[in-house]
Amino acid sequence: MRVDITSKPVAVPLAALWVAALAAGLVGLWLRLTTGHELANYTSSIPWGLWIAAYVYFMGLSAGLYLIAASAYVFRFERLQPFIKLGLFAALVSLSAGLLIVWLDLGHMERFYTVYTRGSTQSMMAWLVWMYTLYLLLLTVSFWFVMRADMAEWATGDGWRGRLATLLVLGRTDRSDHNQESDRRTLGILFTFGIPLVLATIGGSGALFGVVGARHYWNAPLMPILFIVSALTSGAGLLALLVALLAPPEERERREQALRFLGKALIGLVVTYALLLWAEFSITLYADIPASSEAAYQVLGGPYPWVFWVFQVALGTIIPLAILTARPRSGDWIGLAGMLVAASFLATRLNIVIPGFVEPQLAGLDLAYEEARLAYDYFPSAMEWLVLVFVGAFATGVFYLGFRVLPLMGGRKEAS
Amino acid sequence: MTVKSSRRSLLRKLAKGLPALAAGGALAHIGLAGKKAGPKGEFAGDPKVWREKFLEAARAAKAAGPAVDTLQAPIRPSDLPAMVMNLGAADVIPLTPVRPNAAIAKKASDIIRMQEELRKAMEKPIDQRKWIMVIDLQKCIGCSACTIGCKAENNLPPGVVYRPVIEEEIGEYPNVTRRWLPRPCMQCDDPPCTDVCPVGATWKREDGIVVVDYDACIGCRYCLAACPYGARYFDFGDKYTDDTPAVQAYENSPSPEYGKEWTRDGEGSPVGNARKCQFCIHRLDVGMLPACVTTCIGEATFFGDKNDPDNLVNELIASPRVMRLKEEQGTNPKVYYLV
Repeated sequence: MRVDITSKPVAVPLAALWVAALAAGLVGLWLRLTTGHELANYTSSIPWGLWIAAYVYFMGLSAGLYLIAASAYVFRFERLQPFIKLGLFAALVSLSAGLLIVWLDLGHMERFYTVYTRGSTQSMMAWLVWMYTLYLLLLTVSFWFVMRADMAEWATGDGWRGRLATLLVLGRTDRSDHNQESDRRTLGILFTFGIPLVLATIGGSGALFGVVGARHYWNAPLMPILFIVSALTSGAGLLALLVALLAPPEERERREQALRFLGKALIGLVVTYALLLWAEFSITLYADIPASSEAAYQVLGGPYPWVFWVFQVALGTIIPLAILTARPRSGDWIGLAGMLVAASFLATRLNIVIPGFVEPQLAGLDLAYEEARLAYDYFPSAMEWLVLVFVGAFATGVFYLGFRVLPLMGGRKEAS
Repeated sequence: MTVKSSRRSLLRKLAKGLPALAAGGALAHIGLAGKKAGPKGEFAGDPKVWREKFLEAARAAKAAGPAVDTLQAPIRPSDLPAMVMNLGAADVIPLTPVRPNAAIAKKASDIIRMQEELRKAMEKPIDQRKWIMVIDLQKCIGCSACTIGCKAENNLPPGVVYRPVIEEEIGEYPNVTRRWLPRPCMQCDDPPCTDVCPVGATWKREDGIVVVDYDACIGCRYCLAACPYGARYFDFGDKYTDDTPAVQAYENSPSPEYGKEWTRDGEGSPVGNARKCQFCIHRLDVGMLPACVTTCIGEATFFGDKNDPDNLVNELIASPRVMRLKEEQGTNPKVYYLV
């Protein structure tokens, strides 16, 4: 049942779908840039919507991919070695997508740089921006070192790829074992520094919500832990999907081994995340203090319960676990389970961001003055969905381009 | 003319002049004041120019001190700030015997007293005054005049309402009553909304008012999430006459917040910013009480400097009826309620 995405019957519809998504997404982007936030459905009562959920989602994917790839390198997970470059590149693209969509969410996009020039050390958000910037730099440098030997090899060739590689390799064309060993040592240092940084960064993303005392649904010490586990879970899911889809036929054995490893990891991570979710919801609902429990009730039975039951529970937890336990040795099935986990995590992110706002801060505030922009109900507008489609199409396009141009898999043995 | 009668005359002119001025200003404000209906002379025409001149005159009067003799002259808008500035507590004394209603007399006296206290407080350095608001819930009749007065004063767009009035029904029929709770910004002494700002675009001033620098705010809306009272709003750029044949001119008239003129055209600030009640700083700066205080027809809203123990607001918060919202959060609101 293996899907070869480069075969014509698969590639053509996928390409058509991508072009349609990009075209629709560009319409959304144009609307966003010309009408500002006027066409968005979030309100002053629910000031963060789909884009913030998507930002957290992309950041989680990126951090998860990085943590898995870097751990595979540092702790020598042999079975993941061939896919470290793939994981790092996907992390880079995902990070870019997250930064892009959170930038589009700002009321004044042109002022984003002021977080660097006049950032407040008291703000968790400012710290996050600085940490993400450091992470972006670290990831870019790490990816450069991972790719340097390949680029040095290209630089010896002719054509655009040779010229581009000559430019990118920054003069370091030496491909001797000694030089590659030096690269490996540098990478080891970068990853050793990067793993705690990314743990702090994604944990900090949880703290961004957790420190808001005014929102009882968020204000839990569990939040940073929840974000770290969710990053690893969604990252492992996406890596499983990418390996299943993109590993070349000649790497079949290594693909299966990697996927089995990821399948086992996914079982542990999905169960751990479900356990944390259970802890959060059971404690909140058992205590049943309205200020905290109302948001949980809204998740389970509010206007959009299917986001939780269908996407988060069924598609994101039960079905993947069923697949992973029933077909633990099938790479294709593990890839499918990974896709379900990775995709459904957008619903998980929505169910973190939005419910924090649904309960009015003061009883009766929702009825005190009724205007559309003060509503406590939220469903993303077409423009918001289209902007997300644009970011998704952009990320997919960049990733596919990289996949076609760069040798992201196979060939070189990394740490071994 | 005796001193008493001259003061009475001044107040009568004020009484006539203020509503006329307010009506003219309001008409101009919503774009309905034509050449016949609008203010005359130097204040006719564009409300933006009108407001600018008014504020200029007020500042000039404040700088010049009590020197304007308006007793015999017809009231002009430019005279009003100086007249208001020069009123003292003694001004109301002659009127007391002719007031038919003691409550009305008290309201006038409270307003004049707060006005006088405000003027006194404004003479102090900013770090020596601490503004507080007191709202008597037994007096609030739920008319929402404060809400609308605030909307008009700050020229607020759809979806931005600094002072909604929450309605609460207590008990069950036949033992049932209603209570209204106006909710301005609490101007917390420990505001959770300021620390979260990634660019330090919002802070508590030395006089305790929490402000937003519209030119620095990046519109991330983290402060909206962090406010425990839901007192911050995002300006989405909406207009009341969106989806009508033409966006009306009054939508583009400026907001006077923070003593500047903020015109909402395109995506420039304050569009795309967090916005909030700031106790009408632009009015305080020219010696005027916040709009919600002067528009409260239920005599329920009081304002003053907490640092002056003799002030009316300090008398009020000494009452055992006093409470603040969500005190358990430790935000130390500077809006007090008398329940």
